[in-house]
Amino acid sequence: MRHPTLRTLCAISTAAVCAAAAAGCSASDDGADAAADTYTWWDPYPQHEESSDWAARVDACADEAGVAIERTAYDTTALTNQALLAAQENASPDVILLDNPAVSTLADTGMLTTMDEFGLDTSEFDENLLAAGVVDGSAYGVPIGANTLGLYYNEEILGDAGVDPASITDWASLTEALEEVTGAGHEGITFSGIGTEEGSFQFLPWFWGSGADLGALDSPESVEALELWTGWLEEGHAPNSVITNSQNTVWEEFLTGEFAFAENGTWQVDSAAGADFPVGVVPLPGRDGGVAPTPTGGEFIVAPVQGDDARYEVTAQIVECMTTPEGLVETATTFAYYVPPTAAGQEALLEENADLEPWVDAVRNAKGRTSDDLGTDYPLISEALWGAVQNSLSGAMGPEEALEQAQDEAETAIN
Amino acid sequence: MTRTHVRPPATREAPAEPGPSRRARGGPGRRGGPAWHRWSALAFIAPLIAYLVLFYGYPLYRNIDLSIHDYTPRAFVQGDAEFTGLANFADVVLSEAFGPALWTTAVFTLASIAAQYAIGLALAVFFRTSFPLSPVLRGMFLIPWLLPMIVSASTWSWMLNSDHGIVNSVLSAFGIGQINWLTSPEWALVSVVVANIWLGIPFNLVILYSGLQNVPDELYEAAALDGAGPWKRFWHVTMPLLRPVSAITLLLGLVYTLKVVDVIWIMTVGGPGDSSTTLAIWSYRRAFGTGQPDFSEAAAVGNLLIVLALVFGVVHLYLQRREARR
Repeated sequence: MRHPTLRTLCAISTAAVCAAAAAGCSASDDGADAAADTYTWWDPYPQHEESSDWAARVDACADEAGVAIERTAYDTTALTNQALLAAQENASPDVILLDNPAVSTLADTGMLTTMDEFGLDTSEFDENLLAAGVVDGSAYGVPIGANTLGLYYNEEILGDAGVDPASITDWASLTEALEEVTGAGHEGITFSGIGTEEGSFQFLPWFWGSGADLGALDSPESVEALELWTGWLEEGHAPNSVITNSQNTVWEEFLTGEFAFAENGTWQVDSAAGADFPVGVVPLPGRDGGVAPTPTGGEFIVAPVQGDDARYEVTAQIVECMTTPEGLVETATTFAYYVPPTAAGQEALLEENADLEPWVDAVRNAKGRTSDDLGTDYPLISEALWGAVQNSLSGAMGPEEALEQAQDEAETAIN
Repeated sequence: MTRTHVRPPATREAPAEPGPSRRARGGPGRRGGPAWHRWSALAFIAPLIAYLVLFYGYPLYRNIDLSIHDYTPRAFVQGDAEFTGLANFADVVLSEAFGPALWTTAVFTLASIAAQYAIGLALAVFFRTSFPLSPVLRGMFLIPWLLPMIVSASTWSWMLNSDHGIVNSVLSAFGIGQINWLTSPEWALVSVVVANIWLGIPFNLVILYSGLQNVPDELYEAAALDGAGPWKRFWHVTMPLLRPVSAITLLLGLVYTLKVVDVIWIMTVGGPGDSSTTLAIWSYRRAFGTGQPDFSEAAAVGNLLIVLALVFGVVHLYLQRREARR
């Protein structure tokens, strides 16, 4: 039986290579063609097609600078990997719009220019927002806009259960409100505790709101925050599906009208206005009252190092065009809603739409995830943190045990 | 198998010469001579070799290269990764997560292929006797194969949703309380195995069904005449004659299942915690699942998977040889 043997060999080698491909990384070189008057632009907005307002804005800035822009949109996580591959091949695009926690990772590789080298004045930008892109005192990018998290509520359900949203000022009053709405036969709160960066992003307001610090995941404050979430699940105030919920799923659940509360972001403002029931929003409360520091979301404009320095001048013109107060307001509305990262931009936005004031306030108080000098350590800590959230919510471990293990993991990963 | 070896054309041109390939090189040069023959053979095979080197050899080389260096994102861009030998492999194997991941991989793979094979074989035997609508029904079993993975995996995760999933709502009609299929450490692995079994049945069905077509009906008739019931006919006719096909089905199933990422990733992201993290998920997560890619560790885990698949392949070859010699 020689034929099956041969076939087997083929099968084994094919399968082996398939496994190799799954493990390795995809190499592709749709990097930048350094054509003199074509500038390349990567962003993580595949939902905005070539005919979209966003694409038109990018083109308008290209026209103003007298060049053409070739825009390519990637998925957010794919973008970081594509950027690394392109840099390795010396084929980086001229401009990348990059999710803010990834800026320090890319800056650390030496593939990004500092804003000084690039020739862009960063003094107008809010310091708390700019901080996510600062590594060793140099800014490696500027925010194009910022968003953050808040607590959306269903006015009908709160009315039905007799809960006054203004009374939700700390954890105790929120939990009390949850007891009342679930007592009245509604679902309580939904959030995202998925095992990805989104899970950490959603947990951070509670983590920071208890006074915990990312340097010590196993602190008593941190344990309290995780006990709060875990307790909600155990009491039935939150559905079990939060363990696998992405932020989008959270919003879909909220839009069913069954949930009293949902933790979600600025980007849902339009969708909330179009919901079948009246929706309100309050800031996420800190443990003992006050507003919890929320993590900033949103993209930075970064400029990868180019072989030809002369390109920076035009690229800087394009970036300036995108970040004028009017430009930022336009970006803000295109992305419904991206709060402008400069004071002038924020004022201009509020003039157009005063309802956004709570969000502008939230963004002003928000905190970059890579701030506090965490930089490239943040992704490692974050991974340990979402692991602990998963372990505790699923009941695999107690909150304390889960966070102790997470702290060990984070320390091992960093050192 | 008594097919005669196809002779090269040169043999037919000079039938008097015994074994033209043995003729001394550089003999009276003639079009169609051995040297010419060899070069033209090379020319024909060159595209294939180039293809294999480019699309199989290089990625494999690159994967090994990644796994024996320390590629941080910085080193990846700068191209100055430090050579660390087998340190990445040692880190992986000695890490606390390795044992559980290996166990999860073993459970996922073995449970998947055992059930896929058993169900696939049962269906193949069932469809062997044709009855009205049997081709249509058989075709419908192929649906899992035709659907894009994102569709079937998302559908499974909706069905298994703890609070609103259809599975739990059916169970609750029978008085069974909420089971957290995807969100509890006890059930997550079971859920992804079930989904993966469903996905793998068509493959097993198709191959085993075509294997059954090669079993001559006379054997069944003869066995029936000798008084063998359906059960005996299955064990003593079908199973032994299906052995080579079964072996290849199981082997292919094994290597396919070892490297499954998509189903698990879409349904549980390897969680909750690490409870459904197989080696393949581990590798994918390290490379693409976090804010800071660690290509070296990802490649090391990937290479371990390749070795694992190869080991099973070699075992298979060995067993097959031994059987052929008997």
